[in-house]
Amino acid sequence: MKTLWCSRFCRCSSLVLFLLAAGCRSSNTEKTVIKFWAMGAEGEHVQKLLPEFQRRHPEIEVKIQGIPWTAAHEKLLTAYAGNSLPDMCQLGNTWIPEFNLLAALENLDSWIARSRSIRPENYFSGIWDTNVIDSSAFGIPWYVDTRLLFYRKDILEKAGYRHAPRTWKEWHEVAVKIKSLPGAQEKYALLLPTNEWGPFVLTGLQTGSALLKNGNRYGDFSGARFASAFEFLMKFYEEKLAPAGVTQVTNVYHGMAEGFFAMYITGPWNIGEFRKRLPAELQDKWMTAPMPGPETHTPGVSLAGGSSLVLFKKSSHKAHAWKLIEYLSEAEQQLEFYRITGDLPAVRAAWQDTSLTNNIYIKAFYQQLEHVVPTPKIPEWEQIAMKVQQYAEAASRKQMTTAEALAALDREVDLILEKRRWMLEPR
Amino acid sequence: MNHTPRARALNLEIKSLRRTAYFFLAPALIPIFVFFFLPALAAFILSFTDFDIYSLSNFQYVRFVGLKNYLQLSSDPLFWQAMRNTFYYVLAGGPLAIVASLATALLLNSKLIPYKSFFRAVYFAPVVTTLVAVAVVWRFLYHPRFGLLNYALGFLGLAPIDWLGDPTWAMPAIILMSIWKNYGYNMIIFIAGLQSIPQDLYEAAHMDGANAWQQFKSITLPMLAPTTVFVSIIAMIGNFQLFTEPYVMTQGGPVNSTLSLVLLMYQQGFRWWNLGYSAAIAFVLFGIILLGSLLQAQLQKKREGQ
Repeated sequence: MKTLWCSRFCRCSSLVLFLLAAGCRSSNTEKTVIKFWAMGAEGEHVQKLLPEFQRRHPEIEVKIQGIPWTAAHEKLLTAYAGNSLPDMCQLGNTWIPEFNLLAALENLDSWIARSRSIRPENYFSGIWDTNVIDSSAFGIPWYVDTRLLFYRKDILEKAGYRHAPRTWKEWHEVAVKIKSLPGAQEKYALLLPTNEWGPFVLTGLQTGSALLKNGNRYGDFSGARFASAFEFLMKFYEEKLAPAGVTQVTNVYHGMAEGFFAMYITGPWNIGEFRKRLPAELQDKWMTAPMPGPETHTPGVSLAGGSSLVLFKKSSHKAHAWKLIEYLSEAEQQLEFYRITGDLPAVRAAWQDTSLTNNIYIKAFYQQLEHVVPTPKIPEWEQIAMKVQQYAEAASRKQMTTAEALAALDREVDLILEKRRWMLEPR
Repeated sequence: MNHTPRARALNLEIKSLRRTAYFFLAPALIPIFVFFFLPALAAFILSFTDFDIYSLSNFQYVRFVGLKNYLQLSSDPLFWQAMRNTFYYVLAGGPLAIVASLATALLLNSKLIPYKSFFRAVYFAPVVTTLVAVAVVWRFLYHPRFGLLNYALGFLGLAPIDWLGDPTWAMPAIILMSIWKNYGYNMIIFIAGLQSIPQDLYEAAHMDGANAWQQFKSITLPMLAPTTVFVSIIAMIGNFQLFTEPYVMTQGGPVNSTLSLVLLMYQQGFRWWNLGYSAAIAFVLFGIILLGSLLQAQLQKKREGQ
């Protein structure tokens, strides 16, 4: 709202200036307007990075439109159908396959080849990979996101552990010990809400499961690998180490503060939230750690999340928009954006800055980001992820056995993928 | 058939009159046809195809699938959940809303109440307020820790309720809010109905010694029957189309406990772009509303016949 008012005010005042100057000069130079859609907090704050860009490129005017995340997907698809997409956009990296399928995205390979600043090796390889489809890049990572373990140091210490669990086995042992601490019968070790698909999918990926099989044509959730991960997590519900359902914990910060649970798998935005919302006396009692892995020798991988910047094929100002992408990918801008929004930089050079190296909670994220893998790169993925969540809930509530839940999940996923199979058939 | 010249002339005249009538109706009929019947027909055809995101990229990827969408619906647990939620909302929320609006209408029609037009305006105000603004305010009222409602519960010594976060309470919370938002509209219709009841009926009843309750039961209710049928059909049609309240307040959660049919249709259509599937949901909903309206009209006819 404020930015809107500002830009209006600026426009009005520049009009006045223009009228004043009209006597001396005939006309302003023509500006190229590029339209840039950004979501949520990023859409609100990216404006603050622009003054320097406008100083360097006075011939370009950037029009930013903020879109709430909850409506972003609908809006983008509708804009595609109505042929009114902007020049460039922030795109959640799991959405890239979908918009690539619609042939809406510009292939960035030649742009990257010509660029002096954007190189694939500047980025975390797992994150870069999410933007690559059939060995061509369609997006440039803007900020990164992954999931890892947030835990209460003091509670783990009481249970006899001076470090976070590093393997599944240790993870489960820690949980059992926490549950058997005095006064913990009504409490839990781990918060594993069934309205988040992340933990269920990432533990599956840790086992090496590809989640889907036969060229992403069928679900592979009842395959041995994914099933072992799913059963491992279900054990936490069964042994009352994690609360079933989502209603017992309505406020995770409150739950973490009173030790209702001691571990929670979540993302980087919660560093800021935990600092803000946990009471002062607990501030030195929580920590972050990379995900435990299934075995000692395998690092526990996690999800390659985040947002990328994309160019739309139909844009007639691609060269100008690309300049903005290059600008936003500079280490200084990435750092500045981190300071404003808390979004983790995608460019690794930015991670050398003291504002990140001095943050003890961030270290685990850097380690984790070296071990991230993308989810299947097909447009149906989000629908499938919702189904994973649905059946994880059914199994955690004991409405089905894990085997039944996974078989039903595969059936539903095969149904979702039916169209994809038909399209891939040679005709 | 009478084929005298006079009859033929009359026939011609009727024909030309009819043409004139259509001519005057055209400005209304053409937009209705273009913007309502054609899209509805297109949606009906769409419901027999598998139009999805792939089809959006290339029209070659549309297939006619016959009744597959409808069959798939019948085995989709999410659809049945949405169906249960919608019926919950219609069957619990509808009668409650009508009772509430009738009660306020009776109060406002009573001779004992001063400043009637003021109260009428106040009770009608929520109807003209934007739902999104209302939802923002109600989210505060429902807040588990700082909400006014839980404060009131605490006053009565009851434990606080997480209104929008608890699957058992989310739907009642939505119902409560939408009754508050909408009952003013029905109230106005009921007031009009009440005012059209002849006063002498009450006078006669009074002379016969009928008390207030007997008067209400034997005069007000039967005389209001047409109004009540109208209000309940309109309310039912509106209630089956529950969308904005859960969309703004809960997004269908928690655990899909406020997922309505229209919200499911919206999610399928515009989030996942499964337009064929969501068109099928739309026609199932259309069928249900049609059946409901016919049933209510039939019941009313029967009652009138008695």
